[in-house]
Amino acid sequence: MSIMGTRVRRVEDPVFLTRGATYTDDLTDERLSGALHLTFVRSPMAHARITGVDTTAAREAPGVVAVITADEMDLEPTKHFPAVPDAMARPWLAKDTVRFVGEPVAAVLTEHAYQGEDAAELVEVDYDPLPAVTTLKQALADETLLFPEAGTNLAVAFGGEDEFSDDLFADCEVVVTQEIVNQRVAAAPLETRGAAAAWGEDGRVTLFASTQNAQQTKGEVAGWLGVDPGLVHVITPDVGGGFGAKIGADPEFALVAWLARHVGRPVRWNESRSENMTGMLQGRAQLQTITIGGNRDGKVLAYRLDVLADAGAYPRIGVALPTFTRMMAGGVYDIPKVETRARVLVTNTTSTGAYRGAGRPEATAAIERAIDLFAAEIGKDVAEVRKLNVPPPDAFPYTNKGGAQYDSGEYAKAIDTVLEAAGYQGLRAEQKARRERGEVLQLGIGLSCFVEITAGGMTAEDATVEVHPDGTVTVLTGTSPHGQGHATAWAMLASEKLGIPVEKITVKHGDTDLIPKGIGTMGSRSLQTGGVAVYQAAGELADLAKQRAADLLEANVDDLEVADGAVRVAGTGTSITLAELAEKDQLRIESHWDGQMPSFPFGAHLAVVELDIESGKAVVDRILTIDDAGTILNPLLAEGQRHGGIAQGIAQALLEEVVYDADGNPLTATFADYGIPSAAELPSFTLLTMETPTHLNPIGAKGIGEAGTIGATPAVQSAVCDAVAHLGIRHIDMPATPLRVWTAINAAQNGSDA
Amino acid sequence: MTVKVEITVNGESTSADVEPRLLLAHYLRDQLGLKDTNVGCDTTSCGACTVLLDGESIKSCTVLAVQADQQSVTTMEGLSTDSDNLHPVPAAFRAEHGLQCGFCTPGMVMAAVSLLEENPKPTEKQVREGLEGNLCRCTGYHNIVRAVLAASGQDPDKAEGSEPDMVAPGFSTGSGA
Ligand code: FES
Ligand code: FES
Repeated sequence: MSIMGTRVRRVEDPVFLTRGATYTDDLTDERLSGALHLTFVRSPMAHARITGVDTTAAREAPGVVAVITADEMDLEPTKHFPAVPDAMARPWLAKDTVRFVGEPVAAVLTEHAYQGEDAAELVEVDYDPLPAVTTLKQALADETLLFPEAGTNLAVAFGGEDEFSDDLFADCEVVVTQEIVNQRVAAAPLETRGAAAAWGEDGRVTLFASTQNAQQTKGEVAGWLGVDPGLVHVITPDVGGGFGAKIGADPEFALVAWLARHVGRPVRWNESRSENMTGMLQGRAQLQTITIGGNRDGKVLAYRLDVLADAGAYPRIGVALPTFTRMMAGGVYDIPKVETRARVLVTNTTSTGAYRGAGRPEATAAIERAIDLFAAEIGKDVAEVRKLNVPPPDAFPYTNKGGAQYDSGEYAKAIDTVLEAAGYQGLRAEQKARRERGEVLQLGIGLSCFVEITAGGMTAEDATVEVHPDGTVTVLTGTSPHGQGHATAWAMLASEKLGIPVEKITVKHGDTDLIPKGIGTMGSRSLQTGGVAVYQAAGELADLAKQRAADLLEANVDDLEVADGAVRVAGTGTSITLAELAEKDQLRIESHWDGQMPSFPFGAHLAVVELDIESGKAVVDRILTIDDAGTILNPLLAEGQRHGGIAQGIAQALLEEVVYDADGNPLTATFADYGIPSAAELPSFTLLTMETPTHLNPIGAKGIGEAGTIGATPAVQSAVCDAVAHLGIRHIDMPATPLRVWTAINAAQNGSDA
Repeated sequence: MTVKVEITVNGESTSADVEPRLLLAHYLRDQLGLKDTNVGCDTTSCGACTVLLDGESIKSCTVLAVQADQQSVTTMEGLSTDSDNLHPVPAAFRAEHGLQCGFCTPGMVMAAVSLLEENPKPTEKQVREGLEGNLCRCTGYHNIVRAVLAASGQDPDKAEGSEPDMVAPGFSTGSGA
C-alpha cells in the first residue's frame, strides 16, 4: 500500500517531546567550548549623529574581554540588495549615523551572558538627534534624507512614472479608488535569532546559525567577511520558526564570525526578544492605492495598483518583494487591463524582508478589498462578482497580466465549496435579521479567493539517497525545515520508492560540508522542489538496485520490482535486500530536480466575525478554508501548515502591527506590547479539501506553507468591514482593532468620512 | 556574591552556588544543561519557559533560582521515561501534530499538564483560556487544543464544532456563548 497521502506522524517528535529540539542556543558542541557571549549595544535613537562613544567603563566591567566599535572593524559597509543606490550600504556597526532604533553600535564580548548585559549598559554613546522619517509619505517627500549622498529616499522603483495610462478606466461605468494600508508586522518566530562561530586551526570557520538556508548563509557570510566560501562551514541546528525572516544570513552572523576571528575565541550570540523585535526583518509595510473599474453587471474591466513599500532603514530582501505584489496584482481574476507600479523607500525603521507570503498577501489583500468595494458600489453580492470574473477551468494554463502562468486552478469551485460549507445564504439571512433587530453583536461575512506563486524563481533542488548495509537509509536534502516536518515527509517519499519504513530513514539538512548544494526552505517551495528531488533520487536508486540485482538474481530487469526494502523477481520468492546490495557496493544516488516553472496554489476562505458595535471588538467566529495545493503527501503536515498560516492571517487582520511613534521609537518591541495572538483569541479552523494536481512535477504537489495567511487575511478584514457595512462603512484598515473599528463607526454615525 | 541552592529537578537533587539574580530558566539550561526549557521573551509573555514548581506551573524566566531553593521542579524532560514511552500529554501532542518547530512545546506541554491537573475534562474554550499565557507561532493552536482535549480522554472531533451548517454558533472563541 502506498504511503503517499497518509497521515504519518512526525519522526521528529519523540525527541522534541522529551529532551526537546536542539536550537542554536542549546548547542553544547565542543567547538564552542569556552565561547564568549556577544551582547550588542543598539541605538535607542531612530535617526541621529553619533558624536562620541566611550567604552572605558565597559571595558573594565567584570568578565569583559573586548568592546568593539566601528573604529576597530575592517569590514566595509555593504549593500544588502544589489539594485539600490551605493550610498545605502549598511555599516556593520554604526559609525557616524544611526538610522533605526536597534541598529548595532558596539559589540561587547564577555565570559558569561549576564556580564554582557551589565557591560553593554556602561557603553556611553552620545547622539545628536536628527529628524526621523517614519512614514512612507514622509519618505516620498524627500525632505529628510536617510542617506543624503543618495539624494533620495527612493531605494528602487518598479514601473516608472509613465506606467499608468490616462484612459485605463475610460470604458468603465463604475470606478472606485481607495488607499489601503498593509501594515508592518513582525515575523516573531518563537526562537529569536542566534549564531555561534568558531575558527579552526585549518583557518576555516564553523558557523552555527538559526536560518532557513545554510548554503545561502555560507555564501553571504563568506562574501561579507571577504573570505573564500570554502573556508566557511555553516551548520543549521533545529530552528524554532522563521516565517521568511530567517532567509539567508543576518548581518549579525558576519559580526559573530568576524569577532570570533578578531579575539581568537569562539563567540556565541542569542538575541533577546526585545532585540529581535527591532533587529529582525519585518514584513508587509505597504501603502497601496487601488483603483478598480467595471460595469454595473459586475464585470471588472480594469485595475490599477500603486504601491509604496517600506524598505526600513537599510534596504534588504524586502525591497524585491513588491515584484511579487505586481506580478500577482490581478489575483484570481481575468481582468482585461491591469497596471501596477511600486516604489520602495527607506525610512528610519527596522529593515523589511519576507514574512509568510512575502509580496503575495499584499497583492491578494489589495485585489480582494478592491473586489468588495466594487461589489458594494454596484450593489451586488461579493461571491457573485468574484465568480463572474474568474477564468474557467479550461482556461488553464492561464497567463495573468503580470506575466505569470498559472498551472492549474478551479477558482469558482473553490468559492462554491466554502459558500456551501458555510451555509452562506443562512449566514446572510442571520446577518439581515441581526441588522433589523439592531443587535449589538453584528455578523460580518468575509470572502476571499486567492492564487499565489510558490517556488517562484527557485524551482530546483538536489537530493542524495543512500541505502546502508545495515538497511538504514540516509537522505540529504538542500531544503531547510524549521517546523515543516521534512524529516518525516522526505522519509515518506524515499519509503514509497524503496519500501523501507520511515523509522529507518534519516533525513539530514543544513550542513554545508555534507550538503554543499541547496536552496533552502522559503516561498512554499520545499515539497515541490526538494521533496520531488528525494522522490526522484529514491526512484533512480531503485532502478540502480534493480540493475545490480538483475545480474545477481540472473533475472531480466523488467521482471524485477522493489518492495519492502528488497529487489524481488516478480511472482517468485527470489529476492535480494537493498542492504545486501549495499554491502557489495555503495548504493547511493545524487539527483537534481528542476521543475522549471513555479506552481500556483489557490483557494477560497470564508470568515465569519461577530462584531460588538458598542466596543468595536471583532472576534473570528468561524473560518472555513480551501487551500488547494495540488496532491497532498501527508495531510497531517499540510493541515498544520494551513492552521499556522490561517492564524497569522487572522492576526494581521485583527491584532498585529509594528507601531512607531513620530520620533521613530518602536512602541511594540516586546511580546507584552505586540499583538501576537494566544489560543484564546483564535477559533478552531474548518479545513475543506480540494486537490487540483499540478502537471509540473511527478507527485502533483504545489506549495502549502503560505496559503493560509494569504487567504485568511483579506477574508477576516472583509468580514469586519462587512459587519459594519450597513452603517455606511466600506473599508477599515488592518489591524481592525476595537479602537479603529469603533472610530470608524463613530465617524459614520456622525456623518463624517470613516 | 553567590548563594547555594538545592533544587530537586525531574526527581534528582541538584545544587549549585549561584548569583542571586540567576533566573530559574538559566539555572536549568546553563547549570544543569537541561535545554528543553526555552526562553522566548523578556516580558513573561510567551510561556516557552513554563515548568512545574512543586506541581504548580510557573514561568521559569520570572522566578529566581534562589526562590526555587528546597523545592522541586519538573520540566518536559521529566515527564516521559524515554522517547518510546511518552507521557500521555506529549503523546497526544504527537498524535494530533500539536507541534511544528517545537520551540513553544516544552512550555506548552507543561502548561497543559498543569491545566489538566486542575481541570481533567476541560471544554475547548477552557483549554484556549487556560493556555493563554503560552504563545505558539507555528500551529495556530488548533492542534494544540486538540491534543489537550485528546489527552483528557475526550474526542477532539466532537469538541471542535465543525458542523458546516451551523449559523454563527460562537462555538470557538466563545464570542457569543
Ligand atoms: S521566556 Fe518565560 S514567558 Fe517568555
Ligand atoms: S511549534 Fe513553533 S512556536 Fe509552537
